[in-house]
Amino acid sequence: MRPLTLLGPQRLRPALVATFDRLDITGQVAAITAGWQEREAEVDEMREHLGRPVVDLMLHQRCEQAFAADLELFQAHRQRQDQLRKMQRLYRYRLDFMIQPARELLLSTEDPELLVAEQEAAIAALRQLDNQHLDRIAVVHREFEERIADQQFPGLERQRAEVAEILSGSAALAIAGGHVAVLLNRLRLFGLLELAGDLPVIAWSAGAMALGERIVLFHDSPPQGAGNAEVMDHGLGLFRDMLPLPHARRRLRLDDPCRVQLFARRFAPARCIPLDEGAEISWDGEHWRAEKPAQILHLDGHVGRLEAA
Amino acid sequence: MAAPTLDPAPSPAEEAVASYASEPKKARSLAIDTLVGEQNLSEDQIVRFFDEHKFPILEGKSVTFAYRGKADRVLLQHFIYGLETSQPFKQIAGHDVWYLVLELPKKSHLQYKINVIRGEDQHWILDPQNPQRALDPYGANSVVRTHGTERADWTYTDPETRPGQLVEHWVASQAFGGSRRIQVYLPARYRPTRRYPLLVVHDGHDYLRFSSLKTVLDNLIERLEVAPMIVALTNAEERLSEYPDHQPHAQFLTEELVPWLEEAYPIRREPLARGLMGASFGAVAALSCAWRYPGFYGQLLLQSGSFAFTDIGQHQRGPLFDPVVEFVNAFRKNPGRPSEKVFVSCGTYESLIYENRSMVPILQDTGMDVRYVEARDGHNWENWRDRLREGLSWLFPGSLWMVYE
Repeated sequence: MRPLTLLGPQRLRPALVATFDRLDITGQVAAITAGWQEREAEVDEMREHLGRPVVDLMLHQRCEQAFAADLELFQAHRQRQDQLRKMQRLYRYRLDFMIQPARELLLSTEDPELLVAEQEAAIAALRQLDNQHLDRIAVVHREFEERIADQQFPGLERQRAEVAEILSGSAALAIAGGHVAVLLNRLRLFGLLELAGDLPVIAWSAGAMALGERIVLFHDSPPQGAGNAEVMDHGLGLFRDMLPLPHARRRLRLDDPCRVQLFARRFAPARCIPLDEGAEISWDGEHWRAEKPAQILHLDGHVGRLEAA
Repeated sequence: MAAPTLDPAPSPAEEAVASYASEPKKARSLAIDTLVGEQNLSEDQIVRFFDEHKFPILEGKSVTFAYRGKADRVLLQHFIYGLETSQPFKQIAGHDVWYLVLELPKKSHLQYKINVIRGEDQHWILDPQNPQRALDPYGANSVVRTHGTERADWTYTDPETRPGQLVEHWVASQAFGGSRRIQVYLPARYRPTRRYPLLVVHDGHDYLRFSSLKTVLDNLIERLEVAPMIVALTNAEERLSEYPDHQPHAQFLTEELVPWLEEAYPIRREPLARGLMGASFGAVAALSCAWRYPGFYGQLLLQSGSFAFTDIGQHQRGPLFDPVVEFVNAFRKNPGRPSEKVFVSCGTYESLIYENRSMVPILQDTGMDVRYVEARDGHNWENWRDRLREGLSWLFPGSLWMVYE
């Protein structure tokens, strides 16, 4: 099992180097910054901070080149993304109507004996909706895979081979945050985890989200829209039973027990872990371990601390 | 069937006053009552009262203003349309302590001064007990915000936010003759190889000074709530003549400034990536400019527009409004489709609330995508600042939902 470490945001006060030191990684670092999109190549700060050789895999740019070389691949990808966007809109219709009663029931002061069953039913309905959505998304991905399975895409294969070559000479893989869908699509298209073998992985923000079982988009107080957390896709499944929540301090109303409780119960058994600046947790394939003090959203609506190891 | 009524629905300000006036008198227990009800009020008690409270005192819907000093009369001068502009303080008998209790709904933002009258002299002063101030082109006012309208964190400088920069230019103008000074806001991490949307702002200098526009842009862009954009901050030399539907002004912006900016900066050259913004007369200027060049500007942000009009008879707003009324009347008669999306905001404590509400169905009938928001606020720069997040994020949405950096 490859060592996996998830970190909070690295922009303001990067702490990556401490993690690399802890893991005793001294060799070349392969970096994935595809989530930064057109800023992908701006890795100088990371390079300087790490004090180790860093090679950016340039997945965003490679993907554009592969699409340009293989039009059929590009069209299949675009059609899949269009379909996923439409499905997301449709999912949101039901989600918006179902989440409000769940909140109201959690806030209700009615007879607890009657209330508990109603609360559970409301949350179960949300979980069912999320699961249905994920099942449909899986079908779309399967259709995409089938569509491209028998075809040769020399542009993509060439890029994959170059990425594999870089990875074979690297001591670790660092996956930065950014646009989570863009990042996830590139990781998936290149079969990145397959290529990376047992390399230690250090990921943060959207990078951490993409590696889990499912991607959940969230913000309790966006300037537009309902602010209802929504399931977006399956993740790459590198770990299980944990939902990383980057920038939770800014994105979630962690002082609102109703919202915290609903979040935690809706996505259980996965543990909802805020990944704010300074957070560092590691996964050994079976267990999570807090390398630095971290928090957890509890099922009763309070936010507690995961103690440092 | 009920007979139709010609009485307009009361504004929230009127409702608040009506509710206050018609409420049966009941025993209230307010902090000020400890002074008012005291038979043998001492100097120590007064000093302690002023020391122990923050002013104005907010207690439920009640807002207690207090003033200490020699005067014949003390008045609260405020800017809530629908309330008597001068509200007299009461004096605590035998003492130089004056107070006034107003009832304001929650989520209200009120700017005011205290008018201290002695003999023939009147002095409009900032509330000495209240450190909260709002600056505007005429100086400053004291500020009170009732529950639910606390100043938002995105209006303050945030040490975690990467700042953008302001660049000054002089742009030659045949429309005006000579050249005009503008400032260009470039977002943090600006790159010439990227293409940005453009927002042209009227009264740019005032937006910077009194609505913290740069701080707001920095924060909203940093938080991914608004797309990184280039913002051109313009200023009129003769605001009252250039802003109400002035042909040279529209020509300058559209035929001179925007093309100049598109040459100087990497700007997306499409209507949906091009916006106009303004407040008060500046909103009139934005709308009239878009009206003169329909389809050129895809996004409009209009704050407390001075959209005075006359369906019948003469307007009562004075000669400065003549060209405004002429334009708005013409617009209402033949609005066309000046833009694609328009965000309109107005305070319910403004005299312009009727005109802005009345504009909404006209804008909607054009087929434009219209969003209209109100707040319990007045005709002031803090109101306009506080609506920017909602307006800008709707017109130029950022990638907040998808990006986790």
